[in-house]
Amino acid sequence: MTQYRFNLGSHTYQFNDLKTLMAKASPLKSGDCLAGVAALTEEERIAAKSALADLPLSRFLQEPLIPYEVDEVTRLIIDSHDAEAFAPLSSMTVGEFRNWLLAYETDAEQLRVVAAGITPEMAAAVSKLMRNQDLILVASKVEVISRFRNTVGLKGHLSTRLQPNHPTDDPQGIAASILDGLLNGSGDAVIGINPATDSVQAATLLLQLVDELRQRYAMPIQSCVLTHITNAMLIMERNGPVDLVFQSIAGTEAANQSFGIHLAMLQEAFDGARALQRGTVGDNVMYFETGQGSALSANAHHGIDQQTLEARAYAVARQYQPLLVNTVVGFIGPEYLYDGKQITRAGLEDHFCGKLLGLPMGCDICYTNHAEADQNDMDNLLTLLATAGVNFIMGVPGADDIMLNYQSTSFHDANYLRQLLGLRPAQEFEDWLRNMGLYNEQSQLLPTDQPAPLLESLPELES
Amino acid sequence: MKTPKVLDDLRQLKAITAARIGLPRAGSSIATDEILSFDLDHARARDAVHLPFQVEAIMQQLAARQLPAIQVHSAASDRTVYLQRPDLGRQLDKASQQRLADVQPDCKGDVDLVIVIADGLSTSAIHTNAIPLIDALLPRVTAQGLSLAPVIVASQARVAIADEIGEWLKARVSINLIGERPGLSSSDSLGIYLTYGPRQGCTDAERNCISNIRQGGLSPKQAVRLLENLLTSALRLRLSGVQLKDDSSLLENQGNSD
Repeated sequence: MTQYRFNLGSHTYQFNDLKTLMAKASPLKSGDCLAGVAALTEEERIAAKSALADLPLSRFLQEPLIPYEVDEVTRLIIDSHDAEAFAPLSSMTVGEFRNWLLAYETDAEQLRVVAAGITPEMAAAVSKLMRNQDLILVASKVEVISRFRNTVGLKGHLSTRLQPNHPTDDPQGIAASILDGLLNGSGDAVIGINPATDSVQAATLLLQLVDELRQRYAMPIQSCVLTHITNAMLIMERNGPVDLVFQSIAGTEAANQSFGIHLAMLQEAFDGARALQRGTVGDNVMYFETGQGSALSANAHHGIDQQTLEARAYAVARQYQPLLVNTVVGFIGPEYLYDGKQITRAGLEDHFCGKLLGLPMGCDICYTNHAEADQNDMDNLLTLLATAGVNFIMGVPGADDIMLNYQSTSFHDANYLRQLLGLRPAQEFEDWLRNMGLYNEQSQLLPTDQPAPLLESLPELES
Repeated sequence: MKTPKVLDDLRQLKAITAARIGLPRAGSSIATDEILSFDLDHARARDAVHLPFQVEAIMQQLAARQLPAIQVHSAASDRTVYLQRPDLGRQLDKASQQRLADVQPDCKGDVDLVIVIADGLSTSAIHTNAIPLIDALLPRVTAQGLSLAPVIVASQARVAIADEIGEWLKARVSINLIGERPGLSSSDSLGIYLTYGPRQGCTDAERNCISNIRQGGLSPKQAVRLLENLLTSALRLRLSGVQLKDDSSLLENQGNSD
């Protein structure tokens, strides 16, 4: 194995292998400290970054961080690498790659062409050399568009996942939150419910509820119950209305195993959902969630830093042309991302790496009550991510998820961004909002003392 | 039928969900009253995590009940370390190990039960609920004729600290009363984790959990009823965890304490 060295003054810093170099070059995260892979001093971190900057990008093709033989995610990364797309980058170092990404001349089209030549490790490596503003600027150049019943990711648009969770999966309680979300212009990325139980029956009921609502009001939206992929496959077999198949994924085979999945299973569900042909304007049928720290939490991190592992999860996502990839950035807790500063950094890194690899990235901008963070930190990150061109964020009633017990972003947070930055919902959804009288010509929400035809379904709900 | 007005009707819907729906707006933003109400809930949750653990008060209340008790501290030196290093919160520090090693032989070994009171992620949960729970539990322990090790009051502690404590005291069963991760709607929720044959390295699959003990949640009496069933079965079958899953629908094998 190659050793890496860097001299700073009289001191020579030595890094025993590539994954150590990557970990030591990472911005401070409590999860990397917990794993024992973080730089021990600030100076060591800069030495690692400097050594990383001099490393040829092609090195990542020669030295997999987890051996090819033991990990199917590594095999996917190596086997699906597109040498032709990589050609324009093949002679660059990581430091030169950063400069190239920032150059005026590097535009959306060029980034689209090279995406299949970039491995997750290359994306992670260059992100470690980037300031927050670099992560924002480069990500903002990329446009990743995905479609099912509407179009998500077009420049100038910001979509939301409406997240109407309820602690007992009460259909009325969930429907009430959905209606409130729709009235606030939320739900164009997906109406996505986290079920409180693992029950296939309960998940099917919830899918039917949203599907009926969708058909009744001719809504150009898609729905999803975020249940395990094996449940979704069962529901599809029984002809339940599955629009999108959900799964949490991670960057190592062992971590995916802890989620009860492997790649062949994802392929099977992907094929199954596509065959249903439920999309009207496109056939992106997968919804993936990720988050830094999941591999360490499953004791499946192979001594690799959490941000690099997160990027490797995007190689898994990329294989199945998802409609949505959601990095759930602060949910995991302070032992992985300690405070608002670390959560902010992780959100920007994840969005950047995902976009660079060609994924329709969204972010659950969130925190738990034992993290050193509050709603102001979420305001900051959501504003930064919107300027970076994030495809979608969460819409949770009042930002308070009463089932999962954490705080995310509210319907109103998305509307703040739309108002501030002139962003619009997916075009099909915006047209629908206008037709329903929920949006005026200036894309402002209906005043709350006005009648709303959408609420005609309320009496049924209450019964 | 008259077409309903948005705000009035969503407010009616609040009866069927605790979600923050139908919030009055200012422009597209949330109006002042609702912002303050959210901030208050968050403030309480933050306080629950960070208010100092009132160990002395707990010790006095235990003494008033003639319960011998010992203070211990985890290897996490303070709250900042505790929040970032869950592994340290699961181990005793050196002084505490010594204290347990020094416990008189007649108080340890061949004892049925050790009760641990641990701050966990919510000191508010312990300050509010731990002693009422002990008061509900003690008569049942006596009625069952179970022998009791000294009560252990553990600071900066995670669920699994009861494994090491149970091992030092050679208890058949440990139960850990611990503050759960506070949510916005409940910042003072207590969880109970029961482990048969506690020793270092027990997995979560070997524990049973009773969660959400608080005002407005499970009462101490209800919790003790569940706990007594678990305790009796665990001692009889000599196991705990997934193999001991109670049929009762009130029991969940998951909590928010770790």
